[in-house]
Amino acid sequence: MPNTTALPSVERLLPQVRELLGPKVLASHCHRGDETILVAPGEIVSVLAALRDDKGLDFDTLMDLCAVDHLPRRPRFEVVYHLVSLAKRQRLRVKVPVEEKSPSVPTVSGLWPGADWFEREAWDMYGIVFEGHPDLRRLLMYEQFEGHPLRRDYPVNRRQPLIGPRN
Amino acid sequence: MALVEVDKTPATADAPEQRRMMLHMGPSHPAMHGIVQIDVELDGETITNVQVEIGYLHRCFEKMSETVVWNNVFPYTDRLNYVSPLINNVGYAMAVEKLLGIETTERCQWIRMLVSEVSRITDHLTCVGASAMELGSLTVFLAFVEAREALWECVEELTGARLTISYVRVGGVKGDLPPGFAGRLRAAMKIVREKMALGDKLLTRNRIFVDRMETGPTDRAFCHRWGINGPWGRSAGLDYDVRRDFPYLRYEDVDFDVPIGTRGDNYDRYLVRMEEMRQSMRIIEQCLEKMPAGELNVDFEGKVIKASDMRDLGNAGLTAGLVMDYSVAADPTLNGAGKDIVWTVRVGDREVSLPPKEEVYGSIEGLINHFKLVMSGHGIRPPAGEAYHAVEGGNGELGFYVVSTGEDRPWRVRVRPPCFVIMSALHEILRGLMIADIVPTFGAVNMIGGELDR
Repeated sequence: MPNTTALPSVERLLPQVRELLGPKVLASHCHRGDETILVAPGEIVSVLAALRDDKGLDFDTLMDLCAVDHLPRRPRFEVVYHLVSLAKRQRLRVKVPVEEKSPSVPTVSGLWPGADWFEREAWDMYGIVFEGHPDLRRLLMYEQFEGHPLRRDYPVNRRQPLIGPRN
Repeated sequence: MALVEVDKTPATADAPEQRRMMLHMGPSHPAMHGIVQIDVELDGETITNVQVEIGYLHRCFEKMSETVVWNNVFPYTDRLNYVSPLINNVGYAMAVEKLLGIETTERCQWIRMLVSEVSRITDHLTCVGASAMELGSLTVFLAFVEAREALWECVEELTGARLTISYVRVGGVKGDLPPGFAGRLRAAMKIVREKMALGDKLLTRNRIFVDRMETGPTDRAFCHRWGINGPWGRSAGLDYDVRRDFPYLRYEDVDFDVPIGTRGDNYDRYLVRMEEMRQSMRIIEQCLEKMPAGELNVDFEGKVIKASDMRDLGNAGLTAGLVMDYSVAADPTLNGAGKDIVWTVRVGDREVSLPPKEEVYGSIEGLINHFKLVMSGHGIRPPAGEAYHAVEGGNGELGFYVVSTGEDRPWRVRVRPPCFVIMSALHEILRGLMIADIVPTFGAVNMIGGELDR
C-alpha cells in the first residue's frame, strides 16, 4: 500500500549490548525499531550502570521509568526503563519482569536521582517496591488511598473519596 | 501563603537565635500555575528545605486510556498539556502509528509539524507572559495573551476548538487546512512578532526583571543527572532537542537553530524560550512554503491517477490502499473546519483512518467505517507489541509508551511528562535560594498541572 512502510527492525545496538552484558541479557528483541532487552530484577542496577558507563554505548540519560501490569501473564509486572544516549543519539529499552508475589526491584535512584519520582509513581500506581529508595511514598494519590489504581484488577469505577459516599 | 509553624530553638553560643519557619505555598496560591504545594522551610529569607507535593490534578489519564478504544484516547491527550494540546495529539498518534507500522502522507506530516510549532509558541507565550506577570509586568502578560489569542484563533479555525482540539487522528489529521489559512496564520505571526518585540523591549534590559531573573541556576551536569531537557536543559547547556536529535515528521527538511544558554538561570530560560518562539515561526514559514499541494491521488505503486480512473477501480472493488482526493457536497458544519475534506491528510487504510464526517453522515459506507473504528469492540487493533515515540513538547521530551495486546483498546498508555522531571528536582533547585526566588524559578518550570499529574 502507498505511504505505508513498516519501520526497519534492524538490530543496531543489540549485538554490542549483548556483548557487554553477556548472560545478564535474558532476552532481546527489536520491534518497530525499538531495541529492547530483558534483564533479571537483581541485575538491573549493575546492568544500567554498565550501560551508562560503557564508552561505546554511553546511555547517560534515564528518560523514563514506568511499570506495566500484564495480568494474567506471569511474571505479572514489568518495570520499563527508557535510556537515551545524548551524544550518540540512540535509545534502548530495558525491561525487568517482576513477580506478583512481593513485587520488588532495586532502586536506580542511586544512578540517576531523576528516578526518584518515577519510582514513587510506579509504587503508587502498581505497588512495586523499589528497594533502597530513599523516600518511597505515594506521589499522585493520597496516603489514605487503598490499593494501587493502575493495576489491571483495580476496578475503573471504584471511588475512594475521603469524604462523602463510597461505592 | 499560610504560616504554619514557628520553631524557636533556644539561643546557643554557636547560633545565637535560630528561627526556622515552615511555609506552605499552595495548593491554592496566585503564583502556583495550577494546583501544587511547595512546603518550604526558611531560615530568615533563605530556603533551607523544600518538599513538593503534587497529585491535586490527577485525573487517571493512564487508567482511562485503558478503557477506551485507541482512537478515543485523543480527547484525553488534549488535556495533558493544555497550553500546547496539539503536540500531545501528535505524540500519541505517532506512537500508535509506530505500533501499527504505518507512515502518514507527506502533507499530513507537514500539517502536523505546522500545528506542533503553533502550539509550541502558545506554550512559550503562556510561560513567559505568566512569569512576567508574577514579577509585576502585567503589560507583557496582556500583550502575550493577545498574541496567543491570535494564534488560538487560527487553531480554532483549523480544529473547531481552542484547547480541547482532538485534531490529530491515528493515520492522519481531522481535516486539511482551510482555504486562505496560510495568510491568516502569517497575519497572526505578525501580531506575535509585534508583541514579542514589545515584551523584549520591556523585559530584556529591565533592571528589575533582570535582577529577579538571574536566580535559580542549574548546570548541565545537574540537568543531565535528573533527566531534565527541553528549554530548561538547553538554557543550562544541555544540547538536546528531539526535533533535531531524533528527527520525526519533516524536521529534517527545515532549517532551525536550537538556542543554548550559558548560565542556566531563569534569565537564560527566558531568553531560550523567546528565541525558540522565533525559531518556531521560522519553521512555520518553511512549512507554509514547502508543504506540497493537496493533489496526491496515488495508486498502489504511488503513481498519480485521475479521479475518474479511481472511480472505475472503486467500482471494480479495487479500493484497498487508495488515497483519494475528492470533495463531497455536505453541510460543512458537520466537520467544524468548513471545507472539502481531502484524503491527502490521512493514510489510505480504511482499517486505520477515520473517515471524514461528511462521509459518516452522508453515506452508509462512511457510517459503517466510522462505527467499525470507534465503537467499543470494533476499533483498530494494532498487533501485539510496544512502541515508544518521543516528540519535543513545550517543556522537553514528551514520550508516549504504548503497549498493545492486539485488542481494540490499549493495554497501557504511558506518558513521559517533561515538566514532571523538573518538578521532581525542584527541591534541589530551590534549596539555598531566597524566598522571593521561588516565584521566577517556579514560573520558569512552566508547570502544567494536566501534564504533571495526568
